[in-house]
Order: sequence, then C-alpha cells, then structure tokens
Amino acid sequence: MSTVAEVRSAPPRRRSIARRKATDLVIKVFSWIGAWFGIAVMAFIVWEVVVRGAGALSIAFFTQPTPQDVTSTAGGFANAIVGTLVITGVAALIAIPAGFLGGIYLAEFGRNGRVATAVRMIANVVMGVPSIIVGVFAFAIIVKPVHHYSGFAGSVALAFIMLPVMARTTEDILNLVPNEIRESGLAMGAPRWKVTLGVVCKAARGGLITGATLAIVRVAGETAPLLFTALSSPYWMTGLFGPGGFFEGPVANLTKTIYDFSGSPYPHWQALAWGGALVIIIAVLGMNILVRLLFQRGKEW
Amino acid sequence: MVGTTVDEQTEMHSQATVVPPRLEVAEDRRGAVEDFDQLPSEISVRDLDFFYGKEQALFGNSIEIKKNRVTAVIGPSGCGKSTHIRAYNRIFNLYRDQKAKGEILFDGANILSSQIDLLDLRRRIGMIFQKPSPFPMTVFDNVAYGLRQHYRMSRSDLSNRVEDALKRSAIWDEVEHKLNEPGNALSGGQQQRLCIARAIAAEPDVLLMDEPCSAIDPVGTAKIEELILALKNKYTIVLVTHNMQQAARVSDYTAFFFQGRIVEFGPTTKIFSNPAEKQTEEYITGRFG
Ligand SMILES: Nc1ncnc2c1ncn2[C@@H]1O[C@H](COP(=O)(O)OP(=O)(O)O)[C@@H](O)[C@H]1O
Ligand SMILES: [Mg+2]
Repeated sequence: MSTVAEVRSAPPRRRSIARRKATDLVIKVFSWIGAWFGIAVMAFIVWEVVVRGAGALSIAFFTQPTPQDVTSTAGGFANAIVGTLVITGVAALIAIPAGFLGGIYLAEFGRNGRVATAVRMIANVVMGVPSIIVGVFAFAIIVKPVHHYSGFAGSVALAFIMLPVMARTTEDILNLVPNEIRESGLAMGAPRWKVTLGVVCKAARGGLITGATLAIVRVAGETAPLLFTALSSPYWMTGLFGPGGFFEGPVANLTKTIYDFSGSPYPHWQALAWGGALVIIIAVLGMNILVRLLFQRGKEW
Repeated sequence: MVGTTVDEQTEMHSQATVVPPRLEVAEDRRGAVEDFDQLPSEISVRDLDFFYGKEQALFGNSIEIKKNRVTAVIGPSGCGKSTHIRAYNRIFNLYRDQKAKGEILFDGANILSSQIDLLDLRRRIGMIFQKPSPFPMTVFDNVAYGLRQHYRMSRSDLSNRVEDALKRSAIWDEVEHKLNEPGNALSGGQQQRLCIARAIAAEPDVLLMDEPCSAIDPVGTAKIEELILALKNKYTIVLVTHNMQQAARVSDYTAFFFQGRIVEFGPTTKIFSNPAEKQTEEYITGRFG
C-alpha cells in the first residue's frame, strides 16, 4: 500500500536488554565491593586502635608528661599533646593566612597570567614532595644554622606542607563562586579588594573554613617532618625561649612520641603509644566530620 | 535564524498571530508624542566598537539615551545587547581581553576614558543582572552595601535610607520582618527587587537592566515592570529584554540590535507599529530568519 513503508529499511538490531542489565549489575557489584573494602580496612584500623588504645586513656594520660622511668606505670602523654597543639597551631598561623592570600591571588588576580601559572606549578610540585624531605629542608635552613632542634623548626616544616595545600584549596573554592557575584559587587562601585573579601570570600566562607581545617588535619598526623626538627622531649615545653622552649629546644609531640614508644620494649610505653594513636585518630576524624557537617561545600550560593 | 534559543523562537512564532502588537499610547508613553531632539540626553554613545579578544561583537553603535526615559534594547540572542550595556558601567574591565572603542558620553566625560573614576561611575550607573544576585548577607546589609561604600552616615540615617530604597522598590511589605535574614532566602522575584533596591539606595542616575525578568515567574515579572514604570520618573533606565511585549509595555524608546549593529532606534510606538527597517519588522513580527 504505502510506498513509504516499503522504502523504509529494516530497523537496526536492538542491543540485548538482558545483557545491558547484566553488565550494569556486574559494575554495581564490583564498585560496591571496592567501596566496602576501603571502608572495612579503615574500620579495622580504627577498631584495632580503639581496642588497644582505650585502656591507656586515663586522667593521668591527659595530665602527666611522658614517663622516664621504665619500671613505673605512671605518666601520660600530656606534654606531647600540648606540644602537638602548639607546633600545629603555629604552623597554621603561618600557613593559613599566607596560603589564603596566595589562593586569592591565583583565583582573583593572577588567573592565567605567567606569574600565577608558575606559582601554581610550584605549589603542585611542593605538594608532591615527600614530607621527610620537607623535614630535612627545615633542618637545613633552621636547625643547622642555629645548632639546636626546636618546636619552631617543626612548625616551619609543617607550614611548608600546609601552604600549597591551603593556596590551591582556596583557589579551587573561589573558582566555584560564579562571576555574577563578582560583577554585581563591582557594579555597586566597590573596589576589587573589597568585593573579593567582603562578597566573594563571604560567599565561599563555608568552603574556605573547611579547606583551612582540612589543611590543618592534613599535617596534624605528620611524623617525618618532625624527626629532624622538633625531635621529641620527655619534658613539658617550658615557654618560648631557653633549652626547653619552643624556639630553642626539642618539643614533645604526639607522632614522634608514638613512634618512639611503640618501638620500645616496655608494655606500659607501648600501651601509651596506642593511647596516643587513638587520640590522633579521634581528633583528625572528628575535625573532618565536624567541618563536613557544618559546611557542605557549595551550599551557600 | 542563527543563535536564537528555542524559547525565543517559539515566542516569536506565537507573536506572528498578533502582528503587529497593538500599543496603547498612554499619557506617560512620551516616546510617541515628544520631540526627541529637544530632550536632554543622559548618555550619548558614539561609534562604540567592542572586542572579545580579537572577536568584534559591536560595530559602530551610536545611540542617545534620554534622561528619565526607559530605553528598551531588543534583538535576537547573541546580537550584542548585554555587551552594549556592559560598556556603560565598564563592568567588562573585569576581564582582561575585553576592550571597547569609541565614545560613551555621560555628564560631559567619556566613560571609556582611563581618567574616569570607576567607583563613582558605577555608583552613578547601577546595574541589575539577568540572574538575581543578592550578596551573601542579610537583606538589610545588601541594601546598605552601596550606601556604606559611597557615603558616611549615621546608623539611623542608614536604616531610614535602606527602608526608603526597599519601599521605592516595592518590596518593603514583603521583607519588613526579614531584614536580618539572608538575602538569598527570598524568592527569585523578591531577590531581583532586592537587587533593584540595592542599586537605587546608592542614588544612581542611571539603571542598566539586563533581562531582569528572564529568570522570574510571571507574577514577579509584572511587579518588576510596574516598578520600572514607577522608577522612570527619577531614573534613566536602559532595559535589555528579549520579550517584545515587555519592551512595548514599559519603554519609551526602543533600539533594535542585530549582529552587533543598531539597526533601528526610535520611539517604541513607532518601532512596533511602523518600523522603518525591514529587519526590525521581521523581528518584531516573528517572521525573522
Ligand atoms: N565572554 C565572551 N567571550 C567571547 N565572546 C562573547 C562573550 N560574551 C558574549 N560574546 C559574544 O558576543 C556576542 C554578543 O553577545 P551578548 O552581548 O551576550 O548578546 P545578547 O546579550 O544580545 O544575547 C555574541 O556573539 C557572543 O557569542
Ligand atoms: Mg544578554
């Protein structure tokens, strides 16, 4: 009858729906296995640390310095906890403002200019440098010239690791802010720097705070950069200057102390090391979860 | 036609049935009755060329924007409407590869000259964008932004002026009790009127509006059109729109752009009822392309 129907070529062969469904299932199962494998490994580590470390956590653990007498079962990790807080805190004070401003430069002003491209490349390279090399670097530029290990040298090493992370994170987050926001700020007759700080960064504040926190978390658990810098100490940090002071002497810290104690032959010291590991895990995990709950990235615009 | 969206095409086709749109010349539709040459110009554009890198987007645009009138800028998408008005407040300077050549005279000076104080220029020529873009701050702080930037004033004066700007933007009743809530918690239409309040709070002379209703529902659009009609007594308004009914409803003068050129410019009534150029007629009757 109709010529159109006769002219029409035979429809192409359909692909098998059953087969597509099977492929879909296989991929789903594999990715499910992959995801759960990762989660299981992490759960195993956390579980192991909790089981072995929980017993060590006592009031003494958080109030007393590391024991020097191998026979006594007294002592805690208090000096190491304080030391880690101070070393990481000073590192953050150095690296976060500097990295923040660097990130603003990259995202808002340098963009694809030659300087920005070079800075971005250097930041990427530095992020890939093994942390022990950073430790040796800090040893060479700070410890060696002044002839003593110091908590400050440790802070500088950690800051060196944080800086590019902070700068790149800041850049990435500012790049997520749509240009309309910048334009509407400028269209009000506000100068560029005011729009950047008061409007663009404000729009991105959740992401920026998350980025800064994750940069801190990233270095809080580092050991290698401290091996050649802050070293370790069985004593409390005594202040800023003098042999036990932050700027002039070794400073106790969690990671190096865990490293030392876990390698010791004394069961009580080993137990303390597990306790220290548990404290770090809880702190790092807690900060991660906290910032992610508080600021879900991209929610605010 | 090249470069039109599906929306626009359907819109144009639907207009083909009501050719040409009939306009009622109300008393305030001055474009029809007044003598154009006698009116003072707020902005005079002469031979404006615009470049995105090496790509030229505007070719020899010349137009007189009359004081306290609404000038509509119409034309198919991609014809250079936004590019044209973005030269008036030099917002394109945010991007290094964008350049404008020619003259845009405003208050005796060339806006495109490097001597111009951009901050003051942008206080005097405010802009409303296509996508409502409240700042990430409270309703109050949004409106106070320009005031704080450009003026010194007491707290009570500040809040009076914020209230006044919100009232003049016909949004006060809706936000009176939300002044301390974030600006982006409002509805789209409210956000756009908030942006208008933010712009007029700084006491500009000119308001540039780049398709201010295209992201807004019909009710919100009607409110904004009403607002534009109320504002034109005090401000010179340049309204980019791809909605020809809107241009007919609110503007006194209309410029038809095509491929970076101003094809025709004149009283809105004339453009819509008796255009001189064939391209204009084809566009407004939806027979374009
Ligand atoms: N950022 C840009 N870079 C390069 N070309 C652009 C840019 N913005 C717009 N253009 C070009 O300039 C022309 C005019 O665009 P535009 O002014 O946005 O048109 P309209 O507002 O009338 O839709 C178009 O051809 C568009 O492709
Ligand atoms: Mg446009």
